[in-house]
Amino acid sequence: MSITLSDVVVAFLLLSGGFFSLVAALGVVRLPDVFIRMHASTKAGTLGGGLIMAAVAVELWDAGVTARVIAIIAFLLLTAPIAAHIIGRAAYRIGVPLWEASVVDEWRGREDPAPPEELDTGPQRPTQPLPPPASGSVQG
Amino acid sequence: MMILPSVAEIGPLVAFAAILCALMLGAAMLLTLWRIARGPSLPDRVVGLDLVALLAVSVIGLLALVHHEAAFLDAALALALVAFLSTIALARYAVQRPRSGSRPERPEEEQP
Repeated sequence: MSITLSDVVVAFLLLSGGFFSLVAALGVVRLPDVFIRMHASTKAGTLGGGLIMAAVAVELWDAGVTARVIAIIAFLLLTAPIAAHIIGRAAYRIGVPLWEASVVDEWRGREDPAPPEELDTGPQRPTQPLPPPASGSVQG
Repeated sequence: MMILPSVAEIGPLVAFAAILCALMLGAAMLLTLWRIARGPSLPDRVVGLDLVALLAVSVIGLLALVHHEAAFLDAALALALVAFLSTIALARYAVQRPRSGSRPERPEEEQP
């Protein structure tokens, strides 16, 4: 069985995709805080997944497969930054500590730009104070 | 090559690269699971779960390549969609759960 050019391309794409996936996992394990770990998870991870999907498209070489691969890659590229942004904002808001060697924190000392009260939490409870307890109630 | 059932359809170089890629993806999955188990905060685990879903999409793509089966790609697309939605939901849960904050995950409950 001879080795064709597409075999070489597919092997290169598979190996580089696996390498970048491994780099992403190593970054998630080794980097110091959650905001830095998201860099490895989103950028290297998306690159690794996209390279493996490109290998699938080259190996199967079919119009339907290529369309699905393009859809998957486009979806990964669209959703990874949104997910990282939302996780990062949630982590900052609930007070996950930054790395000690961080040099800038542009939200420190400011008002929260999107306080939790402005989130859509559905119908609100009425905020009237509770009525005082009736006289003679068993209050201990 | 016995672990590849349809090895006649892919060349030997591609089969070798697929085995190496599967090993690297498995190692990446184990490392990410270690981070999910370790924590230390809820957003760390959400980041780890996001990466696990991405690695699962990659594994499904590798299976589609090895088996020459295009139907696996539909599963990969659906998994990518569900992973994005679950990440958004977990981030909202991290903000809105009661008594949130950078406290230890399990406060001492048995203190009299």
